[in-house]
Amino acid sequence: MSEFLRQYLTVAIFGGAAILMVALMLGVGRLVRPTRPQGQKYLNYECGVDPVGSGWSQSHVRYYIFALLFVMFDVEAVFIFPWAVRLDAMAVFGLVEMTIFIVVLALGLLYAWRKGVLRWI
Amino acid sequence: MDWVVFVISAIAVLAGALGVVTSRNPVHAALSLVLTLFGIAVMFVEQQANFLAVVQVIVYAGAIVVLFLFVIMLLGVDQAEDLEVEPLVGQRPAAVGVGVAGLAALLLPIAFGKWQWLSGQASVAGPAHSGTEPNVNRLANALFTRYLLPFEATSVLLVIAVIGAVVLARRPLHTERQGLTAREEP
Amino acid sequence: MGDPLYAHGIDLAVVLITILKVILTFLFLLLGVLLYIWWERKFISDLQNRIGPDRAGPHGILQSLADGIKVFFKEDLAPTEADRRVYRLAPYLAAVPAFSAFAIIPIGDKISIAGHQTYLQLADPPIGILFLLAMSSIAVYGVFLAGWSSGSKYPLLGSVRASAQMISYEAAMSLAVATAVLATGSLSTRAIFVHQSVWNWNLWQLGVVPFGIYMVAATAEVNRPPFDLVEAEQELVGGYMTEYAGVRFALYYLAEFMNTITVSAVAVTLFLGGPSGPHINFLPALWPVVWFFLKLFAFVSFYVWLRATLPRLRYDQLMDLGWKRLIPLALYWLLLIAALRVGDDAHWPWGVNHGALNAITVVAAAAGAGVVFFGGLGAAIRVGAKRVEEETARAGGVRA
Repeated sequence: MSEFLRQYLTVAIFGGAAILMVALMLGVGRLVRPTRPQGQKYLNYECGVDPVGSGWSQSHVRYYIFALLFVMFDVEAVFIFPWAVRLDAMAVFGLVEMTIFIVVLALGLLYAWRKGVLRWI
Repeated sequence: MDWVVFVISAIAVLAGALGVVTSRNPVHAALSLVLTLFGIAVMFVEQQANFLAVVQVIVYAGAIVVLFLFVIMLLGVDQAEDLEVEPLVGQRPAAVGVGVAGLAALLLPIAFGKWQWLSGQASVAGPAHSGTEPNVNRLANALFTRYLLPFEATSVLLVIAVIGAVVLARRPLHTERQGLTAREEP
Repeated sequence: MGDPLYAHGIDLAVVLITILKVILTFLFLLLGVLLYIWWERKFISDLQNRIGPDRAGPHGILQSLADGIKVFFKEDLAPTEADRRVYRLAPYLAAVPAFSAFAIIPIGDKISIAGHQTYLQLADPPIGILFLLAMSSIAVYGVFLAGWSSGSKYPLLGSVRASAQMISYEAAMSLAVATAVLATGSLSTRAIFVHQSVWNWNLWQLGVVPFGIYMVAATAEVNRPPFDLVEAEQELVGGYMTEYAGVRFALYYLAEFMNTITVSAVAVTLFLGGPSGPHINFLPALWPVVWFFLKLFAFVSFYVWLRATLPRLRYDQLMDLGWKRLIPLALYWLLLIAALRVGDDAHWPWGVNHGALNAITVVAAAAGAGVVFFGGLGAAIRVGAKRVEEETARAGGVRA
């Protein structure tokens, strides 16, 4: 077994324990809770009146914009981490290349900002 | 021990992949994709590519699939789709053809014993891990020196994606402004 | 690198120690959540001049246990409209990452049990702190799917909002975390904590800003007040968990408090020196644990204080804060710290305090560079706004 796997095995056991706990809680709940079915209990909650139309609906396009911007910054962060670890070795060279990278991405944010898609009204 | 991990994650990857193509509900398909990506992350861990594993989870499972989910919500197609209508004539035979060709491209090299055609060379920038130096450090060394240009090009690519999305999503300027004014001055 | 426990092969004792560590961490987390829920209710009652829970046990300390037992006897109601499979899966996706993320937190220093040395930390993977980010990106699914699978309007709105909020602040959070990583040069949580001992806390090593960004982003990430728009009851009833009842609801509740504890523990590790503190000769293995818990307790109490003091933000204010303030600020500060570090190593004239950054250098450099950076940014935005107005006027539109 590799050294790496040993480290992650503990994490996996811990995650497994968490899954087990959730399953156990749900199982115990299933054993002890009452079940008295009544049609109206299973309606969607809409402030007390009968639900109107379908519960599923389209969402606004701006959520998509934010998700895409998030992808951009997530990828950026993922590149920043190895760079942050090795900055000492790369010194000025590393600083300059990351500055270029960040400035280009900041331009993307600035563009979205300037075009008003970050405004939430 | 390693092969146990491999088998489990391989099953997860395959189950997820099957789920993606067989689910009728797009959200279920997206969830199956998460399972596949997660399984691949575990495989990366097993291959000692730590950093790639976590990137796989953060970027693909955490960001890209969330983006997919938002698109699904945006299009409002989250109920099962009608499979009777064929929007693009001839796409089904074409899909079968492409699928068979893809499978052949995967299987034939194996049949002729040319593994390296599929997986590329064993390593391009040295082994992923050696001695006590963490995997991240080796990756950073390669990425920020030898592969600097692709790295910087990534930023341009990402910005292009954002610009495209903004252009697509932006409402015409005037209607937006007028609507706003009308609402602000009752 | 890595836990010395596994350095000499694996025998029965090592396996037992590992299992013991897992069980202890687990029990600590569960107990911690129960006590924290009680403490939050009690403390906020004091802040609001109320009495709070006082029936179950002394000072009502068993209140959350009583509540916990109660939910098991509640009927499980899933709406007929719900997508059953996903509806059942979602609580797992919320609770399990909340638990797992705690695995990387160093609780204490090295101890030895039965001749084996081990860290008081469940796991110290080389990717360390990135594991937290991975878990918090999985946690988004717990929220999103809960609302989506309910097939109901309020939960759907709540979940889309919540997941957009979580991903927005995740970006700012990772940048703040990256700044802390920059200071240490390692991703391992243990290395980060050792690097800060005893008083070189990142809190002042990096200037207070990354810590502030992390705090705001983490609060938004776990949907705590004042960022709890997800369950803004005036607008969204209960948010994404409206249609959940009984144990499943309790799991969301549990996950929320667990997440609060985890992000606080991460803040302690990244910025407040983790378990490091003054060395005391009496029982030396015990004190780091004590320091850690004291810092953690101060943090979670701070969250209660925030909740009692600050009113909830509006959604557009929330998004503005995330994208237009925190992210530019975080990017700027990251580059600033990087420049100072590089300058320090290369003995540039302004690398004042050789060998270590300190708050004064950071703040002084920040002030200078900040004027240029944010001045430029502000000018660009103002020019942009002016152009928009001109364009509107030329098109004969109404000026806003």
